[in-house]
Amino acid sequence: MTPINIAFLPLTDSAVLIAAKEKGFAADAGIDLKLVRSTSWATLRDRLVYGQVHAAHILAPLAIAVTLGLSQHPAALAAPFKLSINGNALTMSPAFAAALDPDLHRRIEDPVAAAHDFATAIGLHHRKPIVGIVHRFSSHALMLRYWLAFAGVDPDRDLSLRVLPPSLMVEAMRAGEIDGFIAGAPWASVAVAEGVGELAAVSARIWQRGVEKVLAFRKDWMEAEAGTVDKVLQGLSQAAIWCDATENQEELAELLSRPAYVGQPADVILPQLTGHLVARLGELPVTVPDAILFHREAAAFPWRSQALWIYSQFVRWKMIEPSAKAERLAADVFRSDVYRRALGNAGVPMPGASMKVEGALAAPTAVGSHRGALTLGPDRFFDGREFDPHHIADYLAHLSAR
Amino acid sequence: MAQLRIVIIDDSGLRATVLEEGLREAGYDDIQLVPPRGAFVARLERIAPDVVLMDLGSPSRDTLEEMLVVSRALAKPIAMFVDQSDEDMIGAAIDAGVSAYVVDGLRKDRVKPILDLAIRRFNAFSRMQTELDEAKTALAERKTIDRAKAILMESRKLGEAEAYALLRSAAMNQGRRIADVAEALITASSLLGGAQ
Repeated sequence: MTPINIAFLPLTDSAVLIAAKEKGFAADAGIDLKLVRSTSWATLRDRLVYGQVHAAHILAPLAIAVTLGLSQHPAALAAPFKLSINGNALTMSPAFAAALDPDLHRRIEDPVAAAHDFATAIGLHHRKPIVGIVHRFSSHALMLRYWLAFAGVDPDRDLSLRVLPPSLMVEAMRAGEIDGFIAGAPWASVAVAEGVGELAAVSARIWQRGVEKVLAFRKDWMEAEAGTVDKVLQGLSQAAIWCDATENQEELAELLSRPAYVGQPADVILPQLTGHLVARLGELPVTVPDAILFHREAAAFPWRSQALWIYSQFVRWKMIEPSAKAERLAADVFRSDVYRRALGNAGVPMPGASMKVEGALAAPTAVGSHRGALTLGPDRFFDGREFDPHHIADYLAHLSAR
Repeated sequence: MAQLRIVIIDDSGLRATVLEEGLREAGYDDIQLVPPRGAFVARLERIAPDVVLMDLGSPSRDTLEEMLVVSRALAKPIAMFVDQSDEDMIGAAIDAGVSAYVVDGLRKDRVKPILDLAIRRFNAFSRMQTELDEAKTALAERKTIDRAKAILMESRKLGEAEAYALLRSAAMNQGRRIADVAEALITASSLLGGAQ
């Protein structure tokens, strides 16, 4: 057994790691997995960058930002495996949400109308709305920016974005320090259950297949320890299959609810897994079938085009100056080559390509695969725009010309 | 050379005090404690520290780092203290649970003693905590054993030494700790409606 330490934050999308440990998938692969709970992304990042852990459950944009030298000490990170797709929700205070569509189903299902309603609600609110985000380099923040910019909102001008850890969001809502927040599960459900907020949008309706957390290593360590890395990925891949199976959802919610992991009741964790989200306390749940994905549709495969979409948003929001070098570094964080090597014989469907046009699929589509049949689900952005990773400058020019 | 202004951001009042005392003994006078709650970032901007020491386990580190990126109030950028020549020190800081942010341009030899001291004090504090926890557990266990002894003395009409010997031999035979056997005895006795 090879001992491996992996840092994680208490969130539903750490499920694959927790299942790998608790259901024995890591041990089956010859890995003695130790999970190190962290309470801030900064601390998780430091533990990874300074070698206190071998790998980490990390926000995909943060892994890229660290590699590009945008978040404290620069370090080349490598993400050969995605731990989740989708799973975030925007929660707003009842006072703010009063100006949104009162029909919760329509509000969630029609993000175009909801974005315009949100823009109007900003003007009606008694102050510039303060929205909690978990990190500037989070998928959540990028998704929020993308969504609101469509309706003419400049997130840096029209909103106050305040960084708070997910576990403190609900408390900050209750104290009136923020008017809403976007965070990963289960925190939106916790806020709704406590009656301090209601859903305004879910990320799965903004980008239908949005990249969320990845497993990241330090690049030099990953390359030096190829055999061990392959075993880790094999264990995680089996765990991801288990997490995605409907019949395991209740047990998974129970595992996650333990104090050592997420530490929230199983009944606020389960809805994200089943896709039946309560949008407002006391009302029937809204069904979001793709609320979170772990395995199906090759969910764990790190498409290099997805890393480039994240890079494009960094450029869009002036977090980095565009350059060919930064673009290449960003794409190289997502190591589809390592995924292929580790899981080539694991019996999981393997995409034929490593780049694709993001947002091009309106319906489930069979795609080229080296092994087994692979059908990708609809991956559209809510505004219908497609991201071609070979033409980033054009894409950004179109976005700003709106 | 001007005194360095140090801010300690910490949730635990006791640990922050332990650290502050140490710094004062070492001759640093300009120290402020800021709990990471509410508008602590605005306070920090007003204080304009040279060095910020923060518990690595605090969930508010992301909030602090965001402020370091966007704040216009700070005259000089503050970044995490990293002396790449000293990997051991970084490891020791993370192990001890210390993170430090330092204004740009501050000489490393002025910062190192502060960080060394913070590491020592944080370590001392966590040792103190462990010892305190152990002492509490030991005290609780002694009370349990005393109660179990009392039950045996009354129900079996034994002397104190004999009651203890009985507990000890039961524990040895079952390969369990005396406190665990005592706990089980108290539970069983209360279920049977016996003496408490």
